[in-house]
Amino acid sequence: MNPNTESIRLPDDRRLSRSYANQAWLILRYLLLFVGVAVTLFPFLWMAASSFKEPKNLFDLSLIPSPATWNNYGDLFVKAPFGRWFANTAGVAVVSTVSVLVFDTIVGYVLAKFAFPGRTIVFIFIISTLMVPTEMLIIPWYLLASKLGLSDTYAGLLLPGLISAFGIFLMRQFMESLPSELLDAARIDGLNEWRVFSSIAVPIMKPALATLAILSFISSWNQFIWPFIVLQTESKYTLPVGMVYFSSEMKDNSGWILIMTAATVSVLPLISIFLIFQKRIIQGIALSGMK
Amino acid sequence: MVTTTTRRRAAEGSKSLSLRLNYRTQRYLFIYLMLSIPLLYFLLTRLFPILYSFNISFREWDILSPEKPFVGLDNYYGLFEDEAFRKSLKNTFFYVVVGIPGQLAVGLFAALLLQNVKLLRGFFRTIYFIPYITSIVAVSWVFRWLLMPNGWINGQILNLGLPAQPFLQSPDQAPYVIALSMIWQSVGFQMLIFLTGLEGIPKMYHEAAHIDGANAWDRFRFITLPLLNPIILFSAVIAGISYLQSFAHIVSMTQDGGPLNSTRTLVYHIYKLAFKNFDMGSASAATVILFVIILAFTLLQLKLLNRKIDY
Repeated sequence: MNPNTESIRLPDDRRLSRSYANQAWLILRYLLLFVGVAVTLFPFLWMAASSFKEPKNLFDLSLIPSPATWNNYGDLFVKAPFGRWFANTAGVAVVSTVSVLVFDTIVGYVLAKFAFPGRTIVFIFIISTLMVPTEMLIIPWYLLASKLGLSDTYAGLLLPGLISAFGIFLMRQFMESLPSELLDAARIDGLNEWRVFSSIAVPIMKPALATLAILSFISSWNQFIWPFIVLQTESKYTLPVGMVYFSSEMKDNSGWILIMTAATVSVLPLISIFLIFQKRIIQGIALSGMK
Repeated sequence: MVTTTTRRRAAEGSKSLSLRLNYRTQRYLFIYLMLSIPLLYFLLTRLFPILYSFNISFREWDILSPEKPFVGLDNYYGLFEDEAFRKSLKNTFFYVVVGIPGQLAVGLFAALLLQNVKLLRGFFRTIYFIPYITSIVAVSWVFRWLLMPNGWINGQILNLGLPAQPFLQSPDQAPYVIALSMIWQSVGFQMLIFLTGLEGIPKMYHEAAHIDGANAWDRFRFITLPLLNPIILFSAVIAGISYLQSFAHIVSMTQDGGPLNSTRTLVYHIYKLAFKNFDMGSASAATVILFVIILAFTLLQLKLLNRKIDY
């Protein structure tokens, strides 16, 4: 395991018994890790497997559907506007991700790379908004949205998520690693502050921007409470909201197979994104979660 | 902070005074211009709504009537007289009390298992992380179906010759089942945090203890655990805050926070008060209570984390 431990001189018999114990321990370790994999993946496998079963085989407990059918996917899009919900969710996620990317990058950059009066206060103010539970904001947001005619609109849905305090924090962490000498060199070459930011800082920080983009896309895709409150028209729902109403209705008509199909449709895109970008996502979460 | 700024400025000034003065106005213009929209945004969508919430909580605020008379603390008194509210507060603390140690213990266990594993390390990390990034609503419905009276889990229990369990239909079992599903979804995140923390512990501590004859359990108890302390605290608070805000699980896994309100949480109660009863005053008072609890959690963390630990 650790090369340094090998150099420690142990009596021969002790070393021998230790290596047997180590081996046994390693096998146990992998055994437990695979049990963890089973517990983690089983609900997803069961969900996906169910979506290929015939609705009348509702209580078939085998993991491999027989006969397997694609019909549930067709049915799903007929029974409820899942295509529309899918597009809504993706659209909302893209718009809010772009907005978060623009604003959070700029603010993170300014807070990390400039000394100016009020910097600490601005930073503390922004970070302290993270401490406020969304639930506390929902009621005033709802009342204001109603007053401004934004209730049940995409504008109303998007408004609270256009800039993210969490993202600012993350970008500030990333931007601190940007060498100040490089920025100063660009300034001496005559670039104005905007150009220094847009043509020096942003290109270097591309990996950080990608991390922020993926994280905010995921959180927008999964957000639930605010869309659940602000959206009333069925055609405007996002996937999690549509999923709640659709499933509550279907479960009374033994529509569990379709509920599982719907869950598969709403979970699969994100799992794919995660599997593609997992290094970035894990790095971003570790960085922002730790400091 | 003011003194450090001036000191830094003085230092910079001696280096390149002329250069700095030339750019000074342009630079400040850039800074404040870039910050203006985001600051305005946070004032309007965060600070102002918070103050508005406090205001509403002191009023009788029926959404349908134009009059919103000031009633002092009546909404707060009313809440504590309401049995459903007290029950939801109690349930929320149940999720916190079961959830935090559950999530930390399983997360730490997974991180320790994975710590020195070389083969398939990335594979395990990726798999364990999947639940954390999937939608709570979708996953909750999958669990709900697995846990049905004639669902897959009961099928396996019957195969073992044991009696079928009611799970979500029973007021005794439902809260545990929901807490378990919450833990299941957060283990990957917790494991990641602990893995990063474990990497920060110098290997020589373990080696030194090993030479001194300390066994694995002692090394864990007297080296790993104390050195992970700040991370454990930090995680407990982050986890605590998220358990305090449980909502989507309740909407998706239960019938109106039932059976018998056994699973109803504070946030679910707020949702009912505000958007089913349209009693914004009481609902806002409940959000203020939630806010105070979360604030207390956070301050406790700051206090504990700032305490110097000597070894």
